[in-house]
Amino acid sequence: MSNPSDRPKGSVMVVGGGIAGVQAALDMADSGFYVHLIEKSSAIGGRMSQLDKTFPTNDCSACILSPKLVECGRHLNINLMTLSEVLALEGEEGAFTATVRQNPRYVDPAKCIACGTCAEKCPKKVPNEFDLGLGKRKAIYLKYPQAVPLKYAIDPDQCIWLKKPGRCGMCQKVCPSGAINFDDQPREIQIEVGSVILALGFSPFDPSILDFTGYGRLPNVVTAMEFERLLSPSGPCLGHMERPSDHKEPRRIAWLQCVGSRDINRACHGYCSSVCCMYAIKQAVIAREHAQGPDLATSIFFMDMRTHGKEFEAYYDRARAEGVNFHRCRIHSVLPAGHDDNLILRYVGDDGLINQEEFDLVVLSVGLEMDRQAAELARRLGVELDPNNFVATSAFRPVSTNRPGVCVCGAVSEPKDIPQSVMEASASALEASRVLAPSRWSETRKKEYPDERNVWAEPPRIGVFVCSCGINIASVVDVAAVTDYARTLPGVVFAQNNLFTCSQDTINQMAEIIKREGLNRVVVASCTPRTHEPLFQETLRDAGLNKFLFEMANIRDQDSWVHQKFPDEATQKAKDLVRMAVAKVRQDEALAYNTVSVVKRALVLGAGVAGMTAALSIADQGIPVVLVERKDRLGGHARKFYRTWQGDLVQEYLKGLCRQVEGHSHIDLRLGTSVERVEGSVGQFKTLLSDGSKVSHGAAIIAIGAGSHKPREGRWNYLYGKHPEVHVLLELDKRFIKEDPALKEKGQTVFILCAGSRVSEKPYCSRVCCTHAIDQALHLKELNPDMEIFMLYRDIRTYGEKERLYQRAREKGIVFIRYDLDNIPKVWDEQGKIQVEAKDPILDRPVRLHPDMLVLATAVRPKVDADVVSRAFKCSMTSDRFFLEAHMKLRPVDFATDGIFMAGLCHYPKPMDETIAQAKAAAARASTILAQDAIPAESITAVVDHGKCVGCGVCTMVCAYNAIHLDEDSRLATVDTAMCKGCGACVAGCRSDAVTLKNIGNEQIMAAIEAAMEIC
Amino acid sequence: MDSASDKDQKWEPKIIAFLCNWCSYAGADLAGVSRFQYPPNIRIIRVPCSGRVSANMILDALKAGADGILVSGCHPGDCHYISGNLYARRRFALLKNLLEFIGIEPERINFSWISASEGEQFAELVREVTTRIKTVGPARHLVKEIG
Repeated sequence: MSNPSDRPKGSVMVVGGGIAGVQAALDMADSGFYVHLIEKSSAIGGRMSQLDKTFPTNDCSACILSPKLVECGRHLNINLMTLSEVLALEGEEGAFTATVRQNPRYVDPAKCIACGTCAEKCPKKVPNEFDLGLGKRKAIYLKYPQAVPLKYAIDPDQCIWLKKPGRCGMCQKVCPSGAINFDDQPREIQIEVGSVILALGFSPFDPSILDFTGYGRLPNVVTAMEFERLLSPSGPCLGHMERPSDHKEPRRIAWLQCVGSRDINRACHGYCSSVCCMYAIKQAVIAREHAQGPDLATSIFFMDMRTHGKEFEAYYDRARAEGVNFHRCRIHSVLPAGHDDNLILRYVGDDGLINQEEFDLVVLSVGLEMDRQAAELARRLGVELDPNNFVATSAFRPVSTNRPGVCVCGAVSEPKDIPQSVMEASASALEASRVLAPSRWSETRKKEYPDERNVWAEPPRIGVFVCSCGINIASVVDVAAVTDYARTLPGVVFAQNNLFTCSQDTINQMAEIIKREGLNRVVVASCTPRTHEPLFQETLRDAGLNKFLFEMANIRDQDSWVHQKFPDEATQKAKDLVRMAVAKVRQDEALAYNTVSVVKRALVLGAGVAGMTAALSIADQGIPVVLVERKDRLGGHARKFYRTWQGDLVQEYLKGLCRQVEGHSHIDLRLGTSVERVEGSVGQFKTLLSDGSKVSHGAAIIAIGAGSHKPREGRWNYLYGKHPEVHVLLELDKRFIKEDPALKEKGQTVFILCAGSRVSEKPYCSRVCCTHAIDQALHLKELNPDMEIFMLYRDIRTYGEKERLYQRAREKGIVFIRYDLDNIPKVWDEQGKIQVEAKDPILDRPVRLHPDMLVLATAVRPKVDADVVSRAFKCSMTSDRFFLEAHMKLRPVDFATDGIFMAGLCHYPKPMDETIAQAKAAAARASTILAQDAIPAESITAVVDHGKCVGCGVCTMVCAYNAIHLDEDSRLATVDTAMCKGCGACVAGCRSDAVTLKNIGNEQIMAAIEAAMEIC
Repeated sequence: MDSASDKDQKWEPKIIAFLCNWCSYAGADLAGVSRFQYPPNIRIIRVPCSGRVSANMILDALKAGADGILVSGCHPGDCHYISGNLYARRRFALLKNLLEFIGIEPERINFSWISASEGEQFAELVREVTTRIKTVGPARHLVKEIG
């Protein structure tokens, strides 16, 4: 800040509208800062919007993404700037000035109703880059069906008029709302913000430079991104999975891994792209689901299978069980088969013989690389890049760049998957708000509404607005007849037909009509409530009506658009839908806008690196934190760590962290304490601690860590606990920390990776051990360059930029010997000397080693008291006993129960940088609650009629949110309104009709059903 | 005689569809956005979750004169409310058995998963369900008719 007495800006700029940017923007805006979200294309959504399904849950990508995009697009405190790019950033943390160029859309977003008539009539067909050129779009286009903003744009490079004015102009002629503006000009805008978040994403590697793949030459060699579009129901072949050359369904598909990754020769990318193994498995599994014909054959050719994330290993196991073939080899070249555009792959099989196999389609699992424009932007902003061209970060500051006030998140700093990107997005939101905290809520806007009229005693006075939607509805449905019919319905006192009900002038008029006609219920017959209900509900509030006195009849998306050839039936259906909506709205009641006041205090459970980082992140914002630790000292698991994979010493960092926590005025530290009981819900938790005190808090973060497995018995014991020179990883770290001089004297060390991991007893991969063990081996080499080191492994999983350690280890002469579960290493003691025997798969014969030290990379295992914590907070766990997040992809630090968050090893094994990022993310998510005085709660909630309740308790069993409970004395069920999400499971489950859902009760639904069956 | 067969020929089934807000209703919208055509016999009622749909609602719809029912929710594992669709599935498996027992053709009661991205699948489903219900004819079991 130029003048230190100036308050920092209360706003922030987020660059990049992919999932990371969207999450960062939402977290910032929800915690009291005004956000400018800059997106270079015509709509937000980024790469994730192009994906078909997401691993490991096979969720539909668009379905889980869309609600976030809509929320972002509608947020009062997010200024969405599409078709925009950042030209320059001046100033410093707290007071930046950014210059942004907004390119012309040539379509007025205020007027565009996304009817699509323009694109239908546009004569210019061009390859659609959203489908990676596999499909076509027009020169005027919508980026994708669920685009936010849902507004068309003209591609200036393709538009006939823009190239030669006067030549075409078809869109302008047919646009029913006059939205086309060929005179639109680029604008340069100055934005003043306190901090900046870069969420620039990645580019898929372009394999055209790799001649051996045949990409670009052989039509049936596609990239994985292209294959996503081929699988997608909204893609170029509507999800029918056709191969490019002849649009036939492929019967045999091969995936080639590491195209443009782990390849320093040709692709110049030494790093691992982290996500390709999983997406290839996912594509193989989904392709098998899509296949119409019998038995689609799927084969994945890989070097190391890297399924290092939560539930990934199980996904890999399932794929193998379902018949996906895995071949451990790199393909030399893809050859044309010479007939039917098929392809030949030659590879060495498990038996050591060369096989030749024919495929109909080859998918290249292309890696992730830094986007060229993004790299240029980073340089323009003075942000340093690392040797792989990604934005440089460090282990202890994983979301900070070299330029203070400029944070980073997502794949732009290292290849990573969606949950990790989302986690970092929240973390970067916290980091970006750190300096801005004094200016929280200073630039945000808050909407004010007039007092609501009490309509309870009034007879229904219903107004019906029937929309023509230009010609979208009117060309099929006789809207005049529907409007006339609406007037005859009981309770309707006003009906009107509008050209565009959602246009600003009609909205204003609607508010006037509500007041003038004294309406107390409103029905809009137009498009879908999913996109437009909030807009009309807002209009009701502006006119002093409760927003729940409203219904929509979907006569466009579910009527005129799907019955185009049947105008009479469609008109009849529109009348039915209006009658149903009127019947239901007649029964609707005004509902309270529920809120819960927030106790501005956080409870953090566990004082390891995750817990301490989270506690400090919240306390630094001036919010008090109670930090509870079961042991009588700080530090947790990290006390045993020597250094991070990036090479930073952990103990020094940890000491600094402990000092900050101990000296922090806003942290109330409770050592030797545990949680006994938790009551209440988000905003209003009350937790009883073992020291007898009761803490009120608005949110909680669980960071209770994990331990390392000690194989004291069984086939993975390997002399552990029996020979003094057999260690698990962290015991060797302890010797590093103590600078044990004996280590230098070792002549030979053997590491056994996956010692007891990825087997039926412990099926998951512990993510960190490969990197950790290799880094230890490298450190041993630093201590004694002559030491012989052997690593027995199953798959080396040095994902992302950690791959460089693996590379360095091989350069240093560390020998890697792969083993499989049929031939696990044998270890025995011969007169005090450790003996190891392993079968070398390349030599195909046993290798005998005589190490001075044996190091076992064992699993990271959940804490035994995790179950206790899970029960106290009523939050779920996975079958591996790690905590289960609300959504694997998009809510990686939230529990399904609102107001409780998680960080660190108790979520899943992860290295230090990811733990710190997750702790900051948890703090950011908690801050979105703790920054508010009160938070909104669901208005449409369940209520129990105690006169009818028989106390059977079925409702408590079916409730997924623990929002309904049975009083032990009265045997009556009661709903905790603050926790109820309004799903209605309890209503349907109640056997005595005692539970109802407000405004979606049995009466309302029955009214709609009966109305549907009436004949008019 | 003539008028009766006339009536039967003109008969079009009335189908009530209960669609969950988060997946299937969105899938129905996508069918519209993508202009996938389907027969105009269904009347959609939006519910928060397929788990909200009780056996009573289905029986009431049949009593009110519906010839068929369609309930559709998110795919297993995708439920916006964690597990509502699974309760729904269990509930309808039982209900379908019961209705069959009392003589209601199983073709009338349809349960399905449609995600928000399955516009074409939704259109196809409506086509299938409509055809199926047309083949079994008007529902008369639970409808009280005068005369």
